[in-house]
Amino acid sequence: MITDVSRQHLSLGAWLKADPPNGILHSMAQQAWRGCLRFSLHPLGMLGLAIILLVVFAALAAPWLTTYDPVTQNLLERLQPPSAEHWFGTDEFGRDIFARIVYGARTTLYIIMLVTIIVAPIGLLIGVCAGYLGGWADEVLMRVTDVFLSLPGLVLALGFAAALGPGITNAIIAIALTAWPPIARLARAEALSLKQADFIAAVRLQGASRWRIIFRHIVPMCLPSVIVRVTLSMAGVILTAAGLGFLGLGAQPPMPEWGAMVSTGREFMIDSPWVVIAPGISIAAVSLAFNLVGDALRDTLDPRGGE
Amino acid sequence: MIEVKNLTIRFGPDAPPAVDGVSFTVRTGEAFGLVGESGSGKSTVLRAMAGLNSKYSGEIRIDGVALPPDRPRSFFKRVQMVFQDPYGSLHPRQTIQTQLMEPLHNQSLERRPNAVEQALEAVGLPRSARYRYPHQLSGGQRQRVAIARALMLEPEILLLDEPTSALDVSVQAEVLNLLADLREQRKLTYVLVSHDLAVVAHMCDRLAVMRTGNIVDEFEAVQLRGGSVNHPYSRELLAASEAYGEAPRS
Amino acid sequence: MSEGPLVTANNLRVAFGRGAHAIPIVHGISFTVGREKVAIVGESGAGKSTVGRAIMRLLPPAAHVTADRLMFREIDLLAASERQMMDLRGRHMGLIMQDPKYSLNPVVPVGEQIAESWRLHHHGRAARREAFDRTLAILEAVKIRDPGRVAKLYPHEISGGMGQRVMIAMMLISGPELLIADEPTSALDVTVRMEVLGLLDELIASRGLGLVFISHDLNLVRRFCDRVIIMYSGRIVETLAAVELDHAEHPYTRALLSSLPSIHDQKPRLPVMMRDPAWLSQSGITQ
Repeated sequence: MITDVSRQHLSLGAWLKADPPNGILHSMAQQAWRGCLRFSLHPLGMLGLAIILLVVFAALAAPWLTTYDPVTQNLLERLQPPSAEHWFGTDEFGRDIFARIVYGARTTLYIIMLVTIIVAPIGLLIGVCAGYLGGWADEVLMRVTDVFLSLPGLVLALGFAAALGPGITNAIIAIALTAWPPIARLARAEALSLKQADFIAAVRLQGASRWRIIFRHIVPMCLPSVIVRVTLSMAGVILTAAGLGFLGLGAQPPMPEWGAMVSTGREFMIDSPWVVIAPGISIAAVSLAFNLVGDALRDTLDPRGGE
Repeated sequence: MIEVKNLTIRFGPDAPPAVDGVSFTVRTGEAFGLVGESGSGKSTVLRAMAGLNSKYSGEIRIDGVALPPDRPRSFFKRVQMVFQDPYGSLHPRQTIQTQLMEPLHNQSLERRPNAVEQALEAVGLPRSARYRYPHQLSGGQRQRVAIARALMLEPEILLLDEPTSALDVSVQAEVLNLLADLREQRKLTYVLVSHDLAVVAHMCDRLAVMRTGNIVDEFEAVQLRGGSVNHPYSRELLAASEAYGEAPRS
Repeated sequence: MSEGPLVTANNLRVAFGRGAHAIPIVHGISFTVGREKVAIVGESGAGKSTVGRAIMRLLPPAAHVTADRLMFREIDLLAASERQMMDLRGRHMGLIMQDPKYSLNPVVPVGEQIAESWRLHHHGRAARREAFDRTLAILEAVKIRDPGRVAKLYPHEISGGMGQRVMIAMMLISGPELLIADEPTSALDVTVRMEVLGLLDELIASRGLGLVFISHDLNLVRRFCDRVIIMYSGRIVETLAAVELDHAEHPYTRALLSSLPSIHDQKPRLPVMMRDPAWLSQSGITQ
């Protein structure tokens, strides 16, 4: 029975289940909803998602979740173990570690967003163009990719720091610029196989321009694997940022950043282990969360569809 | 209407030709079959005719005018293709609506609001299919969408690459009937590639038999139905289709 | 000589999942297979491949197989342990699949794969030497010229027809009594199909094997097989001798036959099958 759902005031649940869909957006929303349902069948993926949402929440609600300021020093209170006063204890400058973890979530989110914004589009575009256009475009783009692939992230970060000055943003840009090549290769592989597909041939037979084919038909097919791959590399990115923090190239003191907290806390690790435990576990948890979400996404976003 | 003259296609400079000097003509309004086994080159010929492969030598003419290997956009308003695999010929992530509108967009034609509805009706699909995704449709339904898509630009010539090989027997019957109806209604010219002699005998007026890149025989479909084919390879194909198949004409 | 059928199935049911959400694939069918060629014919989704694999217990763990009886000779297939099944498979029952591109291991030479099939059931030093000899012998039996050379080739170096012969060789080398062939010629050209079927016919006749031939092609099986079982949506709708197909009674069978395009009989319009929901309520009938 075809109901005219636009005329009726349907509950959201009914609208999502209405059959048949009565518009492109309606159909897309139903697909997205089915995808969410499929995702929710993965308990580990849901756990990862919960952790990520917790981090987002912490970042947004930081001022309301903490009683201490993350940068105010209080040397009388230095290296205090966890207590009712300071849930995670204090560090070598007497700063409340719990507050630094919660505010550090903002830094972590900043890293993640900046890296995604740089890596995903660049990798996707370069890869898809190289794969679909072939010929000399493929050669040139892939050699450029090879150059960036051969640059170690740390060395490039050093270069950036020397040129632009140290700081978290420059460090992130440096990491991102060396993180896109695997994405480009992945996108290229997908584009190469899609090039042979009948549905692409059909669009060519309509007189579609190459750019329309690339952006309208091929890129949407490559998105799922790129999203999964970016999610899975996020863990590595966070750890690299932590490593840069160790070299003094990442977040500059007194900005709270989990990696920097671990590296500066190493000095006091033996006697005051809590200084590194909290940030260490946070880094591990977020990295793990991204891995779990990435795995679950891989199953959910299978372009072969099927419910 | 369609003339293929001395078509030769090689994949790679040293490779033996996949299509070797193939020539045939198709009259306006005719259904012409290209039959052969795997490796015969029949699909390669069809794809070259469609304009999917521009690296060929020889000529392909429509109404006496030789086509440039890189087809102009206007060509696709005259010639369209239906592919074999219903599961691969539709974009998995686009709704039927989007995919049926796409040809109109690419040819800068007016996107009439009821174009999609009319197209679905012409191929016997219900209106409920309009906003669905391909994976929500059956194989037969997808093939109908593929046919509807091919007809959106109102071509005169349809190239059909094994259009029913991947379909169940009962669905094949429906699609073959649909193709026959459409041909009559719209006065279309068909070039049908198939390995199935029964399908070709049913759909076509004339056919050519290909083997390893060459046309070895050409005859009217009535001859096939009567069992009076002469070339040894054609006889072999017919015998093989009958050996474990329907009883030969006694 | 064995008395009684090779395969007996009574009220065979296969469902995916359990409990309230179980999806039934096969709805309680019954049939027997003796030393004859029996075809199971149906369209996609009829459940015919599922039946073939159920006999060999090769379905995924999510598939729940039940039956009043499912026997191979005197062995209860449902009660048999996995060890017993492993002994049965290959040695007493062989499975030939559709496309040698996918069913042969691409990184192992074909002779090695055939020999392995022998060695799985015969152990020891002597078996190795014997496996090699038997491989060459069976390759000759499937009419492959120059077996010594072909045995060293990889699957991608041989044609589709030869690949199916290799598959047949692999399954016959341990001397089974029953062969299950799942669309064995669907991926082959028409002329090659004829050769492979001719070969199968000869081998089955000379060794007195039973064959379950699963196919969607009714025309193919009517000349090749002795009996035909027609399946629709997980149920058997008709069972009859192949020569009597023209006198089939069930509307689905008749519809299947008439909707096939014919080389010699020109039908202006192919009759379109009207699916009757009543077909779904019939239980399996055997003759």
